[in-house]
Amino acid sequence: MNFKDTFEQYDWESVKARIYSMTSQDVEYALSKKNNHTLFDFMALMSPAAEAYLEQMAQLSHKLTQKRFGNTIQMYVPLYVSNECQNICTYCGFSYHNKIERITLTDEQILEEVKAVKALGYDHVLLVSGEAAKTVGVEYFKNVIKLIRPYFSQISLEVQPLEQEEYEVLADEGLYSVLVYQETYNKEKYKQYHVKGRKTNFDYRLETPDKLGDAGIHKIGLGVLLGLEDWRVDSFFCALHLDYLRKKYWQTKFSFSFPRLRPAVGVQETNYFISDREMVQLICAYRIFDENVELSLSTRESAEFRDQLIKLGITSISAGSKTNPGGYAIARGSLEQFEISDERSPAEVADMIHGNGYEVVWKDWDKVM
Amino acid sequence: MKSLEIANKIFSSRLFLGTGKFASNELMQDAVLASGSQMVTVALKRVNVKNDHDDLLRHLDASHINLLPNTSGVRNAKEAVFAAQLAREALQTNWLKLEIHPDPRYLMPDPIETLKAAEELIKLGFIVLPYIHADPVLCKKLEDVGAQAVMPLGSAIGSNQGLQTKSMLEIIIEQSNVPVIVDAGIGAPSHAAEAMEMGADAVLVNTAIAVCANPAKMALAFKLAVEAGRIAFETKLGVIRKEAAPSSPLTSFLSK
Repeated sequence: MNFKDTFEQYDWESVKARIYSMTSQDVEYALSKKNNHTLFDFMALMSPAAEAYLEQMAQLSHKLTQKRFGNTIQMYVPLYVSNECQNICTYCGFSYHNKIERITLTDEQILEEVKAVKALGYDHVLLVSGEAAKTVGVEYFKNVIKLIRPYFSQISLEVQPLEQEEYEVLADEGLYSVLVYQETYNKEKYKQYHVKGRKTNFDYRLETPDKLGDAGIHKIGLGVLLGLEDWRVDSFFCALHLDYLRKKYWQTKFSFSFPRLRPAVGVQETNYFISDREMVQLICAYRIFDENVELSLSTRESAEFRDQLIKLGITSISAGSKTNPGGYAIARGSLEQFEISDERSPAEVADMIHGNGYEVVWKDWDKVM
Repeated sequence: MKSLEIANKIFSSRLFLGTGKFASNELMQDAVLASGSQMVTVALKRVNVKNDHDDLLRHLDASHINLLPNTSGVRNAKEAVFAAQLAREALQTNWLKLEIHPDPRYLMPDPIETLKAAEELIKLGFIVLPYIHADPVLCKKLEDVGAQAVMPLGSAIGSNQGLQTKSMLEIIIEQSNVPVIVDAGIGAPSHAAEAMEMGADAVLVNTAIAVCANPAKMALAFKLAVEAGRIAFETKLGVIRKEAAPSSPLTSFLSK
């Protein structure tokens, strides 16, 4: 039994029909509940019917977030270690067919990068790479984690799906959390975006969070790429995934990210645009659905938008990010995965957070734990 | 108001404070000072033990404040013992709030792992104050292995729901030979006063003070409530009656 069995009980079109048939009564019912919000409530809260209740949702989301997380915002930084990739994906700058220079950082280069991000004040790091199993496989990550562990309290990973035993090896080295976004839960359309390479295997990716849970990874990050397909339907499936996982892997923490498609070299235009207003609705709906889930927002979003969202349910953000390997110190001009929008330094973002009445949390874990 | 003694240390304040969730370390410091608390918990995972100038610790540097490191974030006894040793080394104290909550949603404490870790840590010389469910048997077992106090929950951490476990807390207080500190769920000064009136030896408050418009003012309100509740307990409250005492008792003729 894994999530695939649950997933197969739903089909895209009927979920979509249900979301779009939600009424203001359904929304009001969801908003009137104190806790135990169900998937049905979640559907109502991100349906078009809830658009008129955005302020109420925002107030509730703000209150629930404060209750659980207090007046704090966590900071993390991505560290891209490689842009080598065997996949062809229509939305990604690292896509195999892009004729660009490929880099995989060596130990010395990684330590240079580490020095640069430590100087920015970071203690939580997210390792990112493309998918090139031969050069950037589990042995490579094991080595990187071992190498950087003395410098960080919390290490996260956003790379290709691995096997349970491989995650166990990395957890032993000090890996804390793993992010695996399904990109879209529309199985038919998934093939059109993931044209070549191991990422074409929808089911393999879908079953990965189960492997993470079985491997005892502390935190699992879920998400969809907003802009590929109808965000409401995709987000429902993502919430379904969370609902399944949190019951089965009751010791695991979860996080959501909200990547909106951004321009990148050789990338197609987005199909389903999600507006700022809808993005706020989605974030509030997630918070009301799960008071405890970490909600994360990257530098893909603009400074003005991020400044407002830290009050609406977001609990974790990055700043000063480079999305190209070597971007902090050794190869500032290499190809980036996507263009960032908020280009402020971590210190500037920390000032903004303080200005909004929040404490910045740089460290919320310890490598000995 | 009588003072409180735990492991030969005397506390004149019966209000313990948590230091998480504050909007800034300055606000946290103001609240700690206003509360008069002499015991504040510090999450090991939040402090930078290698840094002598850790901002959080810097704001707690006062002679009357004792630090109580906690093991928040660990999932089992093994991790807790490891974290405790690091905390002892870093913060130069053998006091420890032992918390093991493998469930990240409601942060429910694991009774089995907690008992196991407590036993081991006490052997290693720690003064262990375990965070636990309001489970009277578990409290006695912890006392048996040498816990210096017990910290049963009023309701889920951060929930502000008050003393949902009241009837179990009453049994614990009645039976305990070590101080009982009601921890978690205390969301209003009235909840704190209620716990103290019941005979709890102290309460620990965090969210209700950290997440409010004026933490220092709220800390003062909790200070007063804890004192009021304690004094009422020491003075012995009147018996609660369902009916008024009859003015013409039926048996008064017997004393004529």
